[in-house]
Amino acid sequence: MNRLVLFVPVLIFLALGILFFAGIGRENKEVLPSPLINKPFPNFILTQVEEGSKQLTQQDLIGKPMLVNVWATWCPTCKAEHEFLNTLAADGIRIVGINYKDDDAAAMQWLQDYGNPYEFNISDPDGMLGLELGVYGAPETFLVDGEGIIRAKHVGDLNPRVWEKYQPQFALMRAAASRPEESISDKGSE
Amino acid sequence: MHPQRKKRLQLILFMVIGLGGAVALMLFSLRQNIDLCVTPTQIANGEIAENQTIRAGGLVIAGSVKRADDGLQVSFGLTDGESEVIVEYEGILPDLFREGQGIVALGKVDSRRVLIASEVLAKHDENYMPPEVQHALEQAHKDGIENMQKAAE
Amino acid sequence: MAAEYGQIALLIALAFAAVQSVLPLYGAQTGRVWLMQYARPMALGHALFLTLSFIALVYCFVTDDFSVAYVANNSNSLLPTQFKVSAVWGAHEGSLLLWVLMLGLWGAAVALFSRSLPMDMVARVISILGMVGVGFILFTLLTSNPFERLLPSSPTDGTDLNPLLQDFGLIVHPPTLYMGYVGFSVAFAFALAALLGGRLDAAWARWSRPWTTTAWVFLTIGIALGSWWAYYELGWGGWWFWDPVENASLMPWLVGTALMHSLAVTEKRGLFKSWTVLLAIFTFSLSLLGAFLVRSGVLTSVHSFASDPERGLFILALLGITVGGSLTVYAFKAPTVSAMSSFRLLSREGFLLANNLLLILIAFVVFFGTLYPLVHEVLDLPKLSVGAPFFNTFFIPLSSMLVAIVGVGAMSRWKMMPGKLLLGQLGGALVLAILAAIAFPLLYNGEMNWSVALAVLIAVWLVATTCRDVWNKCRGDLTRIPSLGKSYLGMIIAHIGVAVSAVGIAVVSHFSIEKAIKMSPGESAQLGEYHFYFKESGLKQGPNYTAHVGLFEVSKDGEVVDTMLAEKRKYTVKGSMMTEAAIDAGLFRDLYISLGEQLADGAWAVRLQVKAYVRWIWLGAILMSVGGLLAILDKRYRQRRKEKQEARA
Repeated sequence: MNRLVLFVPVLIFLALGILFFAGIGRENKEVLPSPLINKPFPNFILTQVEEGSKQLTQQDLIGKPMLVNVWATWCPTCKAEHEFLNTLAADGIRIVGINYKDDDAAAMQWLQDYGNPYEFNISDPDGMLGLELGVYGAPETFLVDGEGIIRAKHVGDLNPRVWEKYQPQFALMRAAASRPEESISDKGSE
Repeated sequence: MHPQRKKRLQLILFMVIGLGGAVALMLFSLRQNIDLCVTPTQIANGEIAENQTIRAGGLVIAGSVKRADDGLQVSFGLTDGESEVIVEYEGILPDLFREGQGIVALGKVDSRRVLIASEVLAKHDENYMPPEVQHALEQAHKDGIENMQKAAE
Repeated sequence: MAAEYGQIALLIALAFAAVQSVLPLYGAQTGRVWLMQYARPMALGHALFLTLSFIALVYCFVTDDFSVAYVANNSNSLLPTQFKVSAVWGAHEGSLLLWVLMLGLWGAAVALFSRSLPMDMVARVISILGMVGVGFILFTLLTSNPFERLLPSSPTDGTDLNPLLQDFGLIVHPPTLYMGYVGFSVAFAFALAALLGGRLDAAWARWSRPWTTTAWVFLTIGIALGSWWAYYELGWGGWWFWDPVENASLMPWLVGTALMHSLAVTEKRGLFKSWTVLLAIFTFSLSLLGAFLVRSGVLTSVHSFASDPERGLFILALLGITVGGSLTVYAFKAPTVSAMSSFRLLSREGFLLANNLLLILIAFVVFFGTLYPLVHEVLDLPKLSVGAPFFNTFFIPLSSMLVAIVGVGAMSRWKMMPGKLLLGQLGGALVLAILAAIAFPLLYNGEMNWSVALAVLIAVWLVATTCRDVWNKCRGDLTRIPSLGKSYLGMIIAHIGVAVSAVGIAVVSHFSIEKAIKMSPGESAQLGEYHFYFKESGLKQGPNYTAHVGLFEVSKDGEVVDTMLAEKRKYTVKGSMMTEAAIDAGLFRDLYISLGEQLADGAWAVRLQVKAYVRWIWLGAILMSVGGLLAILDKRYRQRRKEKQEARA
């Protein structure tokens, strides 16, 4: 048998390897930009967890760049990232929570027990806002700029390693927001 | 020709024909037996041919589940956040089937643009949304926003 | 502290594995005996510390240590203890640790049971196993550490194990399956060792065989367990779905079967060497591919673990290095001299070649069908999934051809089988097979069914030709059977197992009866000869669930056959629903009742089934495994020890 024929399996495997590599890239929810990136935060009318009678809409988000964190008391990974969220909040980072498919009273108790990094929490017991955001499960975090445009989405918990990736982008957003005379709108140039 | 070489040639020829035939058969069979993944929007817009088996992922619309009085016929609404589609199914629904949850329905679309499902599959965990559903939702949301913006111009 | 000890043990195991990978191989390549002698102790240390690490994880589960993230995500204080243990391998991180543990244990086994092998071969084999071990332990430590803590605020209780996994099947199926997957690493290591050492001969094949067969037996049992588990656990009586993860286990099995048979030819006749080595590499590669598919999120499946691209990339890298590396070594060092002239097509070699080609072809079809959706996605073509009909279209004819040649191949002689002689042996078997094929469907159902007839034809043909061969070898004296040798008898039993499974698959697919209907207590339904009476419904409390129950009385010809209890459970912690089907098992039929949803007025959607011959599928698999086990025990693999004993005497 020709020696060259013996190289066929390696070559076929190489082709497969390329296929798989491309496949991972596609399924990667972080690498593949969500269709929501660079789009305004969806419209919603929901109540606030802390004050059941107070109504919130997407307008309440606008003002300062923030992390919008989807969480729930039934989610253990949320518990895992919570301590980190507390440290971020202590550093002055604005975090707004969406309490997803959960119970307001349970959520309040939870925050009392484990600390509250949230400026306020949007109550989403039926998951309708989650639906709009294409929420996959909890926890998920969105980077939203001062004008209410979604700039990034992270599926899974936030921890120091993950935050390293998003921190520069967030810092830029904050810097841009604190200089209102400069144009921060890049909708046209994208 | 040397008998050894002849036999080797026969064997190689046999294998090449066999493999070629197999691959051809496979591609042919594949065309008949694949299930195209579609969104409820595509069904509602009439983009889906009637005799093609499809898999549609979406969320079960709350309050839309209707069971027949007799027998196990059921119909429910399926949505991707932008359009709604009726699914009709006869049989037992999976345990994780619930209103507001993501499911995937396998079947064919009829002339009324109703999906006649032969199988209804629910995800195996509450917090997991099948990528098809996820993709459909995000795509629909994006398309919805685009349409709104276009309309505003 | 247990979790920390577990992590430390894992690190120590990594150290052992690293040394194991390098020193013995270097020693073998340069002829330094003192380096080669590191092989066995390193392999044993590697296995020991992995065992300790695993025990540590089990301890965390059993003591409800919810500060460990993996425990919190997969267990609960209400979970019965046996499931706390099996929850260890219920998700990605823990099951990976189990994988890694088994890799270590197989390495230790090679270290302990290879006294009669030349030192350089043992050294190379163990080194290669060490390398694989290093790769996977690194993967565990860097991306999938089961010992990570949830501190400082740890949950007071866990989110519970998925109820579908709270079952005896989960306790046994994954470990058995992994023993098989991982076991083929030994055949892989032997193949590479042979290539690297430049020694690819009959002796190598003889050493490799028992290891390969053992792994194959485990994989066979593992797959059968998975099928059986899905059957009774998922609540709708299916036993194979051509799910990507199922396919991922079938592919190494098919190629592993080809490997086993190819090794036989290499051992007995010194032929197919290159092919055998390639098959050994392919089999383990397919095992690794299976791991990749399940854990990388590349394919969606109800079986897959959570998708994480980082993990996917790591496994892909592992796959690349292992498979790519071994195929490259193969390309450079495999023998190019072919001895094709030394056998005629009508001979045992010829039949075995056909056997292997068919097996590989089936594996290729499964491979193609499983990966086709991925190709479409990557190329931005419309997303699709490949359904069962595609696989069945190919599997049925190809496997039928396979079953048809098994008996004939086994009775053929090496090198050349005279056609006339063969036909003379086959005549009676053929007549018997045709009669049985016609009679069976007619007797069973009163009408002809060609699919079942075909299955019975080839199955009876297989058994008849096999029995004829046994008869020949005993020269008509049945008391001679035990003296025929374990290897031969093992083959006979395994082949009969194939026939049994084939019949089971055909009959259950065509002669089963199913009805999904709405039933209220007091109503009944007739399925074939069986009368199902829905006696009453009620409630029941379990350790971590509450259940609606339905009591059914099944009778045949007016006599009650069984009283069956079907349940619909709601698990307290997650609130998830689960169906517990009621099964009355029998050799020739299973009665299967599962509750669907509760409807208005106390009625229930109920699925009733009479599954004909379904147990034959797994019975066949058991026979195949028994046959394999018997073959491993054959004295020829223990020759050296006997020689040593004789030398001592």
